[in-house]
Amino acid sequence: MALKIVKGSIDRMFDKNLQDLVRGIRNHKDDEAKYISTCIDEIKQELKQDNIAVKANAVCKLTYLQMLGYDVSWAAFNIVEVMSSSKFTYKRIGYLAASQCFHEGTDVIMLTTNQIRKDLSSPNQYDTGVALTGLSCFVTPDLARDLANDIMTLMSHTKPYIRKKAVLIMYKVFLKYPESLRPAFPRLKEKLEDPDPGVQSAAVNVICELARRNPKNYLSLAPLFFKLMTSSTNNWVLIKIIKLFGALTPLEPRLGKKLIEPLTNLIHSTSAMSLLYECVNTVIAVLISLSSGMPNHSASIQLCVQKLRILIEDSDQNLKYLGLLAMSKILKTHPKSVQSHKDLILQCLDDKDESIRLRALDLLYGMVSKKNLMEIVKKLMLHVDKAEGTTYRDELLTKIIDICSQSNFQYITNFEWYISILVELTRLEGTRHGHLIASQMLDVAIRVKAIRGFAVAQMATLLDNAHLLTGNTQRNGICEVLYAAAWICGEFSEHLEDPMQTLEAMLRPKVATLPGHIQAVYVQNAAKLFATVLRKHDGETESQAAQETSQLLIDRLPLFVQSANLEVQERASCILQLVKYIQKLQQKNVEVAEEVTALFAGELNPVAPKAQKKVPIPEGLDLDAWINEPPSESESEDEKPKAVFAKEEPKHSRSRHTEVDEKELARRREVRKQEQANNPFYIKASPSSQKVYDAPGVEHIPVVQIDLSVPLKVPGMPMSDQYLKLEVERRQKEKAERKKKEKKKKREKRGKERKADSGPESEEDITPAHQVDIVTEEMPENALPSDDDDKDPNDPHKALDIDLDKPLADSEKLPVRTHRPEALKSPAEDRDSESVPQETKKKSGKEKKKDKEKDRKRSKEEKKKKKKHKEVEEELLESQPEEAVQSEETKEAAAPPTSTSAEASDLDFWLSSAPVPPAAQEVTAPSSAAAAVDTSSAAAPESEPDEPKDTEPEDTKSSKHKKKKQKKEKEEKEKKKKKRHHHHHQHHSDAGGEDSVQNGTVEEEEPLPPMSNYSLLAENSYIKMVYDIQGNHQDESKVVVSVIFENKSDSFLKSMEFNVLDSLNSKLQRPEGAGAHDSLTVPFQLPPGVSNEARFVFSVQSIIMPQKLKGTLTFIVKSDESSTHEKLDFKLHFTCTSYLITTPCYSDAYAKLLESGDLKGSSLRLEGINMPFHHLLARICFHHHFSVVERIDSCASMYSRSIQGHHVCLLVKTSDQTVSIDAKCDEPSLLGNVLDEIKQTFSKC
Amino acid sequence: MIKAILIFNNHGKPRLIRFYQYFAEDMQQQIIRETFHLVSKRDDNVCNFLEGGSLIGGSDYKLIYRHYATLYFVFCVDSSESELGILDLIQVFVETLDKCFENVCELDLIFHMDKVHYILQEVVMGGMVLETNMNEIVAQVELQNRMEKSEVRTFLNSFL
Repeated sequence: MALKIVKGSIDRMFDKNLQDLVRGIRNHKDDEAKYISTCIDEIKQELKQDNIAVKANAVCKLTYLQMLGYDVSWAAFNIVEVMSSSKFTYKRIGYLAASQCFHEGTDVIMLTTNQIRKDLSSPNQYDTGVALTGLSCFVTPDLARDLANDIMTLMSHTKPYIRKKAVLIMYKVFLKYPESLRPAFPRLKEKLEDPDPGVQSAAVNVICELARRNPKNYLSLAPLFFKLMTSSTNNWVLIKIIKLFGALTPLEPRLGKKLIEPLTNLIHSTSAMSLLYECVNTVIAVLISLSSGMPNHSASIQLCVQKLRILIEDSDQNLKYLGLLAMSKILKTHPKSVQSHKDLILQCLDDKDESIRLRALDLLYGMVSKKNLMEIVKKLMLHVDKAEGTTYRDELLTKIIDICSQSNFQYITNFEWYISILVELTRLEGTRHGHLIASQMLDVAIRVKAIRGFAVAQMATLLDNAHLLTGNTQRNGICEVLYAAAWICGEFSEHLEDPMQTLEAMLRPKVATLPGHIQAVYVQNAAKLFATVLRKHDGETESQAAQETSQLLIDRLPLFVQSANLEVQERASCILQLVKYIQKLQQKNVEVAEEVTALFAGELNPVAPKAQKKVPIPEGLDLDAWINEPPSESESEDEKPKAVFAKEEPKHSRSRHTEVDEKELARRREVRKQEQANNPFYIKASPSSQKVYDAPGVEHIPVVQIDLSVPLKVPGMPMSDQYLKLEVERRQKEKAERKKKEKKKKREKRGKERKADSGPESEEDITPAHQVDIVTEEMPENALPSDDDDKDPNDPHKALDIDLDKPLADSEKLPVRTHRPEALKSPAEDRDSESVPQETKKKSGKEKKKDKEKDRKRSKEEKKKKKKHKEVEEELLESQPEEAVQSEETKEAAAPPTSTSAEASDLDFWLSSAPVPPAAQEVTAPSSAAAAVDTSSAAAPESEPDEPKDTEPEDTKSSKHKKKKQKKEKEEKEKKKKKRHHHHHQHHSDAGGEDSVQNGTVEEEEPLPPMSNYSLLAENSYIKMVYDIQGNHQDESKVVVSVIFENKSDSFLKSMEFNVLDSLNSKLQRPEGAGAHDSLTVPFQLPPGVSNEARFVFSVQSIIMPQKLKGTLTFIVKSDESSTHEKLDFKLHFTCTSYLITTPCYSDAYAKLLESGDLKGSSLRLEGINMPFHHLLARICFHHHFSVVERIDSCASMYSRSIQGHHVCLLVKTSDQTVSIDAKCDEPSLLGNVLDEIKQTFSKC
Repeated sequence: MIKAILIFNNHGKPRLIRFYQYFAEDMQQQIIRETFHLVSKRDDNVCNFLEGGSLIGGSDYKLIYRHYATLYFVFCVDSSESELGILDLIQVFVETLDKCFENVCELDLIFHMDKVHYILQEVVMGGMVLETNMNEIVAQVELQNRMEKSEVRTFLNSFL
């Protein structure tokens, strides 16, 4: 035995090690490949030996060869062998090799599970570390599932070295095995406050990475991160957190407000550029997420822009680059502030660094105006000429087109110029963007009618010089332009000067070398041109020209008939036959021009790109329903069809077949039509929609003077510059004229005002060179405004979109170490499972169940323990001395929130409380105390960053805390009692439920009694009417009354007519032409027992008083034998409440509103109210259209707005069955009436 | 996330490659070539960021690199990484190499690719930054090297 070892190690001495291999390769520069192949043979021999040292050496060399591009996967098994060596030296080599060449498709990976598990639990921390590092590179869904629990344990390892690695690798585990996220998350969260900064940083890293993809699930961690941000000094951690906040702010504007101040402080204080830059970035994100209504935002924007300017001006190119990058983010929302730095950005366009030029290009997009567009584009065109690489040139090209075409060609004043630019761009060699230019040409020619003449002339020149574009095979991309050119010349051929010449150009034999789709357009448009030529020579008897044209086509078209492209072939042969026929007619001297032109009559209008997608599905059309009877159930539909339509299957599975006879369908259609006609919210097809395209015809447009002398004759010459000059001259002329006029005016008004602006001309002053009429794109009627962009369904992060706040369920515990007999799957199966992780679940369902069963016992025990633990914690919390009140943030961190809703409301509370971080809190003179107390109910947050914070609000906060706690305790006790008494009752043991009413966003825990807004209008034995009145913000003088008609009789009700006696103040809106006393037909009939809703629009003038309108409903009752005419009177009660609209209001805005002093107060007391407070609030919200702004204990602030913009604020307090409501509104009588109505609501119950 | 770390010399010869996302070997070589092509034609006084690597990732990815004497250190990262942060990290990594190899030069990387990997493993793990403190990194690397030496010693002792 000993001899063998000695022999092995002596062998080894003669083996090459890595250094020898490298040296050898360097010495064989000429025949490297050959040398390496002999080395690989040697390695194969070495791998066959038993000696692990030899094997490890071989594997080490393989790792090197892998870097050189050699596939070493054949040695995967040997790598596993080396990995399982007991020696750290070899193990490390093995894991390194594995991390370099293993991937999910490597089948030996499944052999490693137990080895890795062993290494993870090794007493040597470096064994564990090496295993973790390796695993992080090749973890598979199977490994992740099997090892998740082990890794989770390591997160609490004693050594920080292991902890931080375990924390980091969890991210990879989550990605591969999303089910592990929820069970592991609490521990991960704990690690955010690990004493070791490395571990903390790792945890921040992982959570940031998770949150970046699914930010909304991590919003509740905001307070914790906020605390870290204000306390951490590690720039890495700070950068990550600040980046994370950048991702969170779009979801929660209040968070942004809280962030601005500490971030601004950091911007001012930090010396680290990286940190400064990220702060600026996040501030920008905050400002984007906030509406620009806040006054002090301009200061922040200014700060950002100013800091960025410093970066851009820096000599360090990196800072310059980043400055421009961040600038482009501001550009989207605050273009004005960026525009003032135009000089700087234009300067960057000339930078020698391509990255910087590209960034500057991005910014240009927002820099252009009508005034400078031509100038900027000219500059870009110069760059295009100079550009060396094609990528940069293509980028320039797309940018030019982007800039010019943005917002519907808004900045283009001279389309002739634009067309010339496009034509110039076609001279670019080897660009990929031929289609882009082509589509622009088409777009402009179609939509700008005035330019067609010019465009056609240019396109004809292009076609004539097509050889310039197609001559070189490298220029393939650009020949797309010919597609556009041919189409434009054909479609608008009436503008052609010499259609015959163009026709000739389009039928040259060389055309046959173009791509098929272009040839097809050529052929089709040749026919259009043919028609034009015929028409030109219409009337001339025995026109030689017309017959020559026919002959030309007959001669040239056969070339296309032979085309391999089906489309070309079909069109060509079709047109060829047509022309032959026409020729015959011509020879008989028959007038054909008219008929041929008719073939291409009509105009094509542009269609919006997503028009098809936006066609709404008509009401009542069920796309999933069967058209015919479904195949009989007995047929085995589970086998064959599934195999074929595997993907579509789920969609159809829901389909239900509706059996409706035709009569019923017809009736429904009728009903629907009437309903639509009556529904004020239904956007009707306007009969004049076609006018848009027809009315402003070409006649109205002043004829454009085309300067054809130079540009048309020399196709390659740049001519856009000419336009620039012309434009400048034209503008100067206009300006001069305008000045003259002004002077005249001035003379008239002499001495009155001297306001004339002699400064630079403003945007509006620049008139386009000629009247352009940009035709809008067609959209289907009733197009849906929203279009949801589908996310990439393959994104692995999608699976991680998991609610982390929900309490853990039993079934979610991680699988604990068990022996897995199925571990040896066939490789094929294994491969399947990687490609579709979902499938793995199904397949391994059995084993999972086993695991779970085993787990369950354990987890139950754990749970019990946890419960106990929790209780202890709670007790601790509650018994805390009340004097030692900490700030909200620290408390949050110290006590892990007990439940979801508590957490949610804690977040709300944190967000709504004052934005000053504890670190920055200063105790100064109590100047704002009064204000703070005044709005204490709303927890008035001051948004001014420099607002001094005094001690008093601090106190109120703490007292609130106390109350909250006491209340929680009380409730717990009560609930416990209740539990004892009614054990069978279902109870929600959620202590936080009470607090969750804030903003009305969180669901109520206790069930509310059913409520309905509909109140009875009138009723008799035939019919019952209930109604509801709603207003909307769009129209301050209209409310909609929805009336539900219910047929109570056994007869058919029809011809229902609804009429109301108008008052001066409120009027029923009747269709045009109807008299003031005419009644409205209810747009449906009611079969027995059926109810339906109709809506009527009323116009109102004053809304401060309630009003009653008398009305009548007449209808015909039709039974089998007879029909009678019936009548029902009613009174429509327009309460003041019905003019209120539920409007959410943030607490700070609310506080400002109250402070403004514009509101007048009033109050109300309700005695003997015997209902839970949240029921009370819910009732006010529901019946009177209020929303809760903030709620603290038994006190809540509420807000609503009238359709005419009156603010109504309530402060509702309750104690011992007494409810007091303090109200404020800017219209006292409205307020009085609303309060009366609230009183009535509660007197009813 | 860091997608890949590439070290190659002025001629595009790879000295260390570390992909945190699977690519087949030939694709890896293609990426190296493309990256070298992009990076090598840039002057030393232009910025250290560049977009346009078409093979890895796409628009979200950026190349952040530093050029030291004969070597390029290129990190391919996505938008969750701070650009300047990664530049600092490259600096930390190179300084660590300098400490571990005592005046590191290209030859050290050529002959001790494995050791460079072990050092890198202490800086970046699975595409995420593990440690940025140089002293901590050096300490961990040295501890592991010491362990390796002791193992070799016991191995040799077994013969005596």
